This record gives sequence, structure tokens and C-alpha cells, in this order.
Amino acid sequence: MTDVMADPAAIPTTALWRSGGARTLNIGRAVLGKVVSAVIVLFIVATVAFLLVRISGDPLALLLPPDATQEQADQLAAQLGLNQPLLLQYLHYLGGLLHGDLGRSIFFDQPVVSLIGERLPATALLAVTAIVLSLVISLPAGILASVHRGRLTDTVISGIVLIGQSTPAFWIGIVFILLFAVRLRVLPAAGYGSAAHLVLPAVTLAIYSIAVVARVLRTSLADELSADYIRTATAKGLSRGQVVLGHGLRNASLPVVTVVGLELGSLLGGAILTEQVFSWPGIGRLTVEAISNRDFALVQGAVLFFALVFVVVNLLVDLSYTLLDPRVRLGR
Amino acid sequence: MINRVLRGRMAMPALIVLALVVLCAVLAPLLAPFDPNAQDLLTRLSPPQWTGGHLLGTDNLGRDVLSRLIYGARISLFVGLAVALISGTIGALIGIVAGYRGGWADRVLMRLADVQLAFPAILLALAVVAFLGNGLWVVIIVLGVTNWVSYARVTRSSVLSLRERDYVLEARAIGVGPATIMRRHLLPNVLASLITIAALNVASAIVVESALSFLGLGVPADIPTWGSMLADGQLYLGTSWWIAVFPGLALMLTALSINITGDAVRDAVDPRAYR
Repeated sequence: MTDVMADPAAIPTTALWRSGGARTLNIGRAVLGKVVSAVIVLFIVATVAFLLVRISGDPLALLLPPDATQEQADQLAAQLGLNQPLLLQYLHYLGGLLHGDLGRSIFFDQPVVSLIGERLPATALLAVTAIVLSLVISLPAGILASVHRGRLTDTVISGIVLIGQSTPAFWIGIVFILLFAVRLRVLPAAGYGSAAHLVLPAVTLAIYSIAVVARVLRTSLADELSADYIRTATAKGLSRGQVVLGHGLRNASLPVVTVVGLELGSLLGGAILTEQVFSWPGIGRLTVEAISNRDFALVQGAVLFFALVFVVVNLLVDLSYTLLDPRVRLGR
Repeated sequence: MINRVLRGRMAMPALIVLALVVLCAVLAPLLAPFDPNAQDLLTRLSPPQWTGGHLLGTDNLGRDVLSRLIYGARISLFVGLAVALISGTIGALIGIVAGYRGGWADRVLMRLADVQLAFPAILLALAVVAFLGNGLWVVIIVLGVTNWVSYARVTRSSVLSLRERDYVLEARAIGVGPATIMRRHLLPNVLASLITIAALNVASAIVVESALSFLGLGVPADIPTWGSMLADGQLYLGTSWWIAVFPGLALMLTALSINITGDAVRDAVDPRAYR
């Protein structure tokens, strides 16, 4: 979300080498470095989550129902180790995380891990469909716009992209419900279970990333297409399709992958909103419910889960550079 | 080329829309036909109509949608500007220090930027609001302290080249302190690019605030905001489309015109930037 509007295209490809020293390292150590910094980020997120619960007041008051007795409070304090010093609690909490223990939801009276596990398939289905949909639309759109740069096709596509990027996805979802469920009655407005239920949420979630990917691909592919090696490839008799898809696209894909990784944060936020709009029973909706139920263990667990997904995907993105760009592999 | 022309052509309408929104925000009490919170259950859910006063209809409590829209502009713009001011200040400060000092300060600060980028801001906003409760200032501060990275990166890279300029070297040679050099010689030179980022930051902050308010986690419900209007409107979508459609349109037009204006400003500041 941070840089939603801050022109993803402006991120130089050298952002790949953010940790300046990595350039000179060999690939094994580079991978290790990425993994270590991913672990550090997760550690910081876990610490922030721990501190947020603590500074928001007495965790017992948050974790217990309002009508709890003193006896129950003492019992829970002992059970959660809250009668121990803060540092010890913190270490205990981190130890639990390492064993995949995210605590217990007060509202559902179930382990947080199993609650998240239950809702994971719905969110995964929505996210994967949206990502596939987004690539199927944004890649051809970006390629068309850059090949026909400056012409009508480009203008139309760029205009749509600009509007798509400025429109909050959850409002598009509401308009979809209004059009397709309330007026035309062709698709369900909410719920889960059939392919028809998936259409509107997936399209809604896809719209934002379609705009971002198409925009970045257009800019980076247009840059590549004016490079010398493209002229060479054209001169030696390759077809336009071979030149664009075989030569240009591979080089243009790097900034796209960078931006997709960075935009995953807004995709996660978008998933929370989309699930809310369409009553989709995924982790995003679970999180919002947890916040309104003041179910803090669950909120903490969900935040950690989203952070884990974000960090792992960005780690994969970082590592994929070595496949896409030989210069990174060679350490130049 | 057509794109540039089109963008140029769109800059003026965008500016006009923006001016209208600003006008609404500033003059809300004068422009709004009704009290945005005045409930009138007799006229609840009445559709948009030219006569009868409720131009854009009323919501489920009989409150005038247009008036709430006009007051909502205040919150949106205020949040957007406040967030941009906070993140811009933090980002410029970090960027100048990192770029001018270099060395370990640079490494630590830029690593901090990496960590910040690796942690989705909406997640932090959700967590903070969940644990600390919601409120206008909670939203502003959370978004303010999480949006500084692009400011810091741009500032740092400009300062890296600025600090080798003759006037900076000479200022240092005659004994001007680092704080003064940063304030007098470096900051003014990066302001133009910071303002461009700020424009885009305002737009994204407005959208995120509306998203949080839509989830009921943003600005408290007694203040009319576009996001909470959308949330109310979704419940009555089957019968009363206008409650959800108009705040969304306002949101989209505002974000769109800020984005277009921001792009135009950047084109004017830096003609080489390829769009």
C-alpha cells in the first residue's frame, strides 16, 4: 500500500540489489542473505505484534470476557504465563511461534492456527484466481500498449489503467453487486461454494493488480523495445512477434516482478476488503471479525500470517531475479 | 505523444475537480444544504430528486447524502494532506541524513526502509486500530509513519549528487554546520520532487482511509466519511443504490484528479521522465 501511487515504474531495476553488498556475493550467499533478512522482518513483525498487545493495556482485560471473575483472571494469567516477567513472556511467545503456536482464540475457543487453516482454502482460491485473471488480462494489455505506443490502443489502455488505479477496488465490488446481482440477477451477491460465487470477488480483486502490472509492463517493455538489441534482432530477420515476446518481454519482466512483489501488500489489503464486500469466508473476513470481536490472539495470529505470506512471496521474488537476469547471477 | 497531449488535456479538468473538492471541504458548512448528521426518519431512503431538497437522496437514517458527501471531503482531504505532511517530513529527514552523512547512517536508514517496505502498511494499520482503537488521529499517524519510504529514497539519491556540488563544498569549507547545509542548501533542491510524491501520496492515503472507514476501523462513525457512507450504502444496495454509488464516485474522481495533477506536475518539473 505504501507506494501504491508512487509510480511503480519509477522503481529502478537496481532496486533488486537493495542490499548493496549482495552484488559481489555468490548466489548461495546471496540467497542466504535474503533468507536472513526475511527472518529478521518476520521477527520484527512478531515483536511489534507482541508489543501492540502489551501497550494497549492489560492483555488479560483484552483476552478475558468482560464478566470474568478474579479467579478466572488469575488462572488465565498463570496459563498464559502473564505472571512472569515481560522478557520471559516475550521469549515464551517467540518459542511458541517457532513451534507454530499462535495462541488460542477467545471467541471461537479454538487454536488460532486451526482457525486460519480452516479459512485458508477460501482465501487461496480467491487470491490465485484473481492473480491468474490479472495476468491473463494485464500481460496482453501491457504488451499491446507498448507495441502500439502513442497510438489509439495505447491511449485507451493507459486511460483504463489510470482509472483502474484510482478507483478503490471495494467500491468496484459494490458496483458489481449492484449491476450483476441486484439489477441483472445473473450472479450471486455474496457467499461461497460455486464457480458463480467466485466470479465477482475474483474480478474485483484482480482489477487493482491488472492496472499496476499493465502500467509497469507498458513502461518497461517500451523502454526495452527502443534498445539496440531489439533493432539487431529485427535486422537479422526475426518477426515482430519473436522480437517482442522472445527478446523484449524477458528483459521487461524484471521491473514487473519487482512491482508485483511490492504490490502484494495492497493485494492482501484488497483481499481483506473484497472478502468483506462479498461475505467471502476467508482469512481477511476472519481478521475483520476478530477485530470487531476484540479477539486479540486471533488478530495477532492473522497479522503474523499475512506478514509471513508477504515476506515469503517477496523472498521468492528476490530469488527469481537470478533466473530472470543473468547479471544478478554473475554478480555484476 | 498522444498520451502526453491527452494528459495535458486532462490536467485542466482534473484541476477543476480538485478545486471543487477543496472548495467543498473548506466551505462545507456554507455549501451543505442540510446538517450532515440530521436524521429524518420520515424521508429515509428517498431517491435523488431535483425537487424536495435532497438532490442526491437520503440514507437509511434520512440523512442528506449530498451534505454528508460535502462534509466527507473535509475528512478525506485532511487525512490525505496530514499523512503526506507527516510522511514527507519523516522521509525527507531520513533521506537527507542518509544521503549527506553516508556510511553507517546510510546503511542503517536504508535497511530500515527495506524493512518498512517489507511490512504491508495496511496490515500495520489494521493491527494498530485493532489494539489501540480507532480514531481520526490513529489513522493519520499510522499512515503517516508508514508511507515515508519513497520520500526517503528520492531525497537520498538527489542528496548523493547534491552534496558534491561546489556550493555545498564551499559552504562546508567556510565552516557551515551540517544541519544548516541540510536545511539551507539540500532541502530546497529536493522539494520539487518531494511535492510530486506528496501528490500521489495524498491520493493513496485518501483511498486507504476510506478503506479503513469502510471496514469500520477508520474514523469513528459519528463523523461523515466517504468510506463509512459506502459501508452504510452496501447494506441498502438492493433498494437504494445512491447511498453507496455517490461516495464511491467522489472517491474515484478525487483520487483520479489528484493522480493526473501529480503526473502533470512531475512532467512540468522533470520533462525527461518517460511516461
